[in-house]
Amino acid sequence: MLSIENLNKTFNIQILNNIQVHGCSNVSFKVDSGQFFALAGSSGKGKSTVLKCIYRTYLPGSGHIWYDSANYGRIDLACAPERILLDIRSREMGYVSQFLNVIPRVSAIDLVMEPIIVRNGVSHANARERACNLLEKLHIPHELFNAYPATFSGGEQQRINIARAIGWKPRLLLLDEPTASLDAKSINQVLNLLSELRGQGTTMVGIFHDQEIMNKTASQTYTL
Amino acid sequence: MEPLLKARNLSKIFGSGCQHCIAATGSEAETNVCPHCNSVVACNDVNFDLFPNEVLGIVGESGSGKSTLIKLTHFEWETTSGELNLHRSALPDGLGELLADTVDQYTRNLFALSQFQQRQIRNALMGIVYQNPYLGLRMNISSGGNIAERLLGAGWRHIGKMRERASELLEKTEIPISRMDEPPKNFSGGMQQRVQIAKALSNNPLLLLLDEVTTGLDLSVQARVLDLIRNIQSEFQLSMLVVSHDLGVINLLCNRTMVMKHGRVVESGLTDQILQDPQHRYSQLLVASQL
Amino acid sequence: MNLRSWQQNNKSTPLAGYNFGFMDDSAKKEVRRSLLKAVAIPGYQVPFSSPEMPIARGWGTGGMQITLSLVLPQDTLKVIDQGCDDSVNAVNIKKFVAKVAAVTSTTDTHRATVIQTRHRIPEEPMTGEQMLVLQVPYPEALRDVEPSELETRRMHAEGDYARMWLHLYEDIVRYGEISISYRYPVTVNDRYIMDPSPIPRWDVPKLHMSETLYLFGAGREKRIYAIPPYTSVIPLEFEDHKFRVEKFPNPCQRCGSTNSYLDEIINDVDGSRQYFCSDTGYCDKRCT
Repeated sequence: MLSIENLNKTFNIQILNNIQVHGCSNVSFKVDSGQFFALAGSSGKGKSTVLKCIYRTYLPGSGHIWYDSANYGRIDLACAPERILLDIRSREMGYVSQFLNVIPRVSAIDLVMEPIIVRNGVSHANARERACNLLEKLHIPHELFNAYPATFSGGEQQRINIARAIGWKPRLLLLDEPTASLDAKSINQVLNLLSELRGQGTTMVGIFHDQEIMNKTASQTYTL
Repeated sequence: MEPLLKARNLSKIFGSGCQHCIAATGSEAETNVCPHCNSVVACNDVNFDLFPNEVLGIVGESGSGKSTLIKLTHFEWETTSGELNLHRSALPDGLGELLADTVDQYTRNLFALSQFQQRQIRNALMGIVYQNPYLGLRMNISSGGNIAERLLGAGWRHIGKMRERASELLEKTEIPISRMDEPPKNFSGGMQQRVQIAKALSNNPLLLLLDEVTTGLDLSVQARVLDLIRNIQSEFQLSMLVVSHDLGVINLLCNRTMVMKHGRVVESGLTDQILQDPQHRYSQLLVASQL
Repeated sequence: MNLRSWQQNNKSTPLAGYNFGFMDDSAKKEVRRSLLKAVAIPGYQVPFSSPEMPIARGWGTGGMQITLSLVLPQDTLKVIDQGCDDSVNAVNIKKFVAKVAAVTSTTDTHRATVIQTRHRIPEEPMTGEQMLVLQVPYPEALRDVEPSELETRRMHAEGDYARMWLHLYEDIVRYGEISISYRYPVTVNDRYIMDPSPIPRWDVPKLHMSETLYLFGAGREKRIYAIPPYTSVIPLEFEDHKFRVEKFPNPCQRCGSTNSYLDEIINDVDGSRQYFCSDTGYCDKRCT
């Protein structure tokens, strides 16, 4: 489903006398459909860079990111037009960041519902039910559903973040240390949810801060 | 999906202009004033596509040419050169006939139309919200009247129905309906901005132009206006061109962003890419200067 | 009889030393050309040079120039001011035109071929053989909403009348009805918004699909415009706030008319209100 060929990324910081910051170099791997693919390697090797290049938050320097899109067929995400990328993001490809990027003044339940309504085209009531279900599975207290996540604890925020990213059941999910800020109990809840999602057909590419979690979860590993 | 609006080679030069104007200005030259003839190259060779239901951001500092783009698109200023083409499916019935001289899916260059035709297109398809509410509102005329003006321009002739529509929009923009017959000069800055938004929405536009709409407002007021714009976007399914110098506003509203400097687009891309991996020196400076 | 054959039979002009009708032929020609254009584009304000007249601008020079450019010796002229044949201004204009163009004058609407008027249209229906010349102080109907002439001309050219309508909307919001009592704006021939001169609302419907040619002259503002016969003239109105003419509680106390525009006169002695026809010619006729 995803095939990375010779991906390189260097950041050229022009405002600091053009210093070059290494992102990643010569990354190549293949991810088959249905896999839980883990990126391993010590800090600074560029695991996050690779994920962000796939999502195009970073502009890849050279190389190819071939993706078999449900709508567009085989397409190189490294150079696909922005419109197509946006469309793939909204219909196929999800991204879980390390921290919740809070949208001000939107309640937890609305945050989770929004992508379900927009991307799955389901009714408001239906989306609410699915969102409630997810939040319950993640053990978010009911009284927080209608509160603004800006005031939540780090762990609660991250669980909202995960619920928002997986609620709409993307075809490909990119996970950047999703469990870094969670306690052991929450980590298990999240991993259960992820495996449930995988069972429903979502392919995943992830980075985990914890070797043990990675070994337990991943079906395949690539070391940078 | 095809763009709703295609802009090609938009340029606006104030002054006599000379053969050196283009080469002697821009981000390399670090000026938009031509040293040979003192003409101001407000913008040059700007291209963009705006898709249905898309929010496109234009970011840059004062004088970078971003408001010029809005004024050209709204037919307020004449372009020095450039083309603007609208997808024909977006045209209301009467105007479809008016522009029925192309076989293409797009209209001919809208900049080449008469002012009369441009005004018809503007009345039927566009809404605009300015930074300064004095530009968008008649301060001595009731708020309801401000909204009705657009409807009257579009041929509405029923006071009751217009007042109904105005109340609907004021409710949406959280202005108490009891204040409908008060002039906007009595209102706070944030309320004036929301009346402007109500006015801009009155004709159900396909294209909403927002020019620094939250600049100069208190933070909490800013937040309410931004919430309103986000709700409008999801409810009305319209395309927006959002001009701001504030990356926070751009990040909240826009999927794609163009960065402008000295009248040129120096970088364009997905908003998160511009914010996290800016390519151009000026974009990097802009991101680094963010609070 | 046209002017040329009249001139062959008459050795001198009616007023020695002056051209027939006081104005030079070239000046008359310019006014007539402007009138032709005005008739061809109903409701459109045609600029003209408006040369000096022997009365001050603002006292009816626009109407006077139109009258002088059109009258022939066989014409019968009636001049009224607010409906009255006997006001100083009306009498003097009538005398002047009679002196320089040798026309007959009358107070009978029916007998007149040319009627020059200020602020009224006669009550008696007029025919296609007659012309009504209206004196206009402010020809620009949009002036109250836009002070710039450049801008009002653009608004007319583009049919951009939203602000005029907005003005009426605000009136209704403020007063519950459109408060304009005279100079009520009308749409002519589905195109231009026009100022019908300061006639009362009562007279506005007489402009619509009329048999008579209406000519408007604004001497101080240097504009001429016209409503040709059988032209649609619709007062600005809303679907739920229709145009209405004035209602009078009592009939004319002199002639008993219940179907004419009445002036209200307060009796100096006992302070009582009395109502009389504003059109004196009409009232006189009913009393004889």
